[in-house]
Amino acid sequence: MTSTTGQRRRQRIRILSFVFFSACLAASIVCVGMLFVLLWSVMRDGVHWLDADFLTRFPSRFPDRAGIRSALFGSLWLTGLTALFALPIGVGAAVYLEEYAGNSWWRRLIQLNISNLAGVPSIVYGILGLGLFVQQMALGRSVLSGALTLSLVVLPIVILATQEALRGIPDSIRHASYALGATRWQTVWHQVLPAALPGIMTGVILALSRAIGEAAPLVAVGAVAFVRFVPTSLMDPFTALPIQIFDWSGRPKAEFREIAAAAIIVLLAMLITMNTMAVFVRYRFGRRIRW
Amino acid sequence: MSSASADLSVSGSGPSGPSAGAPASGRWRGLEGGIHLFLLGCAAVSVVTTVSIVVILAVESARFFLDVSVVEFLTDTRWTPLLKPQHFGILPLLCGTILVAVGSMCVSVPIGLGTAIFLSEYAPGRLREVIRPVVEILAGIPSVVYGYFAVVTISPVVRWVFPGTGVFNAASACVVVGVMTLPMIISLSEDALRAVPRSLRQGAYALGATKYEVTVQVVVPAAMSGIVASFLLAVSRAIGETMAVSLAAGKTPRLTLNPLESVQTMTSYIVQISQGDTPAGTPEYRTLFAVGLVLFVMTLLINLLAQWFLGRVREKYE
Repeated sequence: MTSTTGQRRRQRIRILSFVFFSACLAASIVCVGMLFVLLWSVMRDGVHWLDADFLTRFPSRFPDRAGIRSALFGSLWLTGLTALFALPIGVGAAVYLEEYAGNSWWRRLIQLNISNLAGVPSIVYGILGLGLFVQQMALGRSVLSGALTLSLVVLPIVILATQEALRGIPDSIRHASYALGATRWQTVWHQVLPAALPGIMTGVILALSRAIGEAAPLVAVGAVAFVRFVPTSLMDPFTALPIQIFDWSGRPKAEFREIAAAAIIVLLAMLITMNTMAVFVRYRFGRRIRW
Repeated sequence: MSSASADLSVSGSGPSGPSAGAPASGRWRGLEGGIHLFLLGCAAVSVVTTVSIVVILAVESARFFLDVSVVEFLTDTRWTPLLKPQHFGILPLLCGTILVAVGSMCVSVPIGLGTAIFLSEYAPGRLREVIRPVVEILAGIPSVVYGYFAVVTISPVVRWVFPGTGVFNAASACVVVGVMTLPMIISLSEDALRAVPRSLRQGAYALGATKYEVTVQVVVPAAMSGIVASFLLAVSRAIGETMAVSLAAGKTPRLTLNPLESVQTMTSYIVQISQGDTPAGTPEYRTLFAVGLVLFVMTLLINLLAQWFLGRVREKYE
């Protein structure tokens, strides 16, 4: 009697484990499948719209005459300026936290603050940009306001990645530098930063690839979708690739959705290029220094 | 020299900074101080950012509440700031936001947790090396691309399953936001599952448990804090998600729990008013900041709760 209940129990567990394993496997397959369905639907709709003209024409009311020239240049402006602002400030903040601040309450406050900022929705940064840069500082709905806002969005990412890279440098390097009579800044500038550079670069590239795909803060700051010129100064109005994609995807006409897909292919190509660069930097330069 | 460098107490276990024997002349000392100040300024930018967010949201919302009472804002069931007669009740927007957040969790929790368990407990190394990068790519795809995916691919499927549904519906927003939050749940839950000490598993195996029993009755409960934290961060991400929801869910503020209807979330309302030509300084324009304040407070509270859970994980195993 007891042996049959034991057998039945074992049988039940065997079935349960099989069901459970299958469910977990199915979840993973759904996950991988989603990516392929997404890429397939973008390629299917967009690839036949892609040509040199599409990249060099301005947006238009007629899908077959529309292009992404202003969006492409807007995105390049924004990414370049964001790198210019976020790189020094982010690396500086990380160096301060890791090399200068000690373990004070002030450091813990900043650290907590940074991890909270990383979780603030990007549209809230957009509202901040609208209130602070567009209105208070009277920069208007310019490419400069957009880039400053994006810098604030990616700043936590740059700081956290740089901190990670700095923590990977063993203390013996710092000790040796101090023992030779170097000051703290000499140690940071000549020893720690060069050694941490691959890690920092990887983090910065990933932060910029976040910036290039971000649309919500730019919408709040006042990017407009229909711009028929390329920005030539910091104070010019602007559009960006994600904004253009958002505008075209929301239109009822099927052709506009197809050129949205074409623009997505361009955006994804830029992201893939940047991520490949990040991986390359990590593997090519990360191995050169051995402790 | 010493008084300046004493303030710069070295982080962690480092030595006590430059000593009097360093070749630091007066010029160097000035430079060191200046650099210290510059770096401090960089770190302060993050604090200033937080303070600015709070001040701008609070001040503009306070001005808004001079025109519209807080009670009306929180209890009126209609949200029509751009139409006459105006109604400023945030409940429809809140309802839309919560509908999308809860719906997205129905997608992301089972798939995400299943994948995390598969990756940490079952998957052989080579399969893991295929699935992990896919998850990372999913995390790197911009939100607006997911919005396109929702409109072009998911919405037709929803309409095929439930005929009569409009192009813009909450269900397709739920699915797409669920997919967007998958990477967060998978990577954090997998980390939590992997952090469960081997000795716990071995103890259970020694008592005669099968792999299934070890996973479900030992490993998952032991990793629960981290798993819950990943769910909370995913909810917070879903509440703040903007572009995909704006494209997928439509622009109809509606007090409904039916996922097949078009709804408006707080984030998509902010997008709508940013794109419109509402004159600055009017109450309807300031709704932007009041809604932003509610959004900010909600996500902040959930993030803090998630960090508390993550802190519990660290306490347990470190």
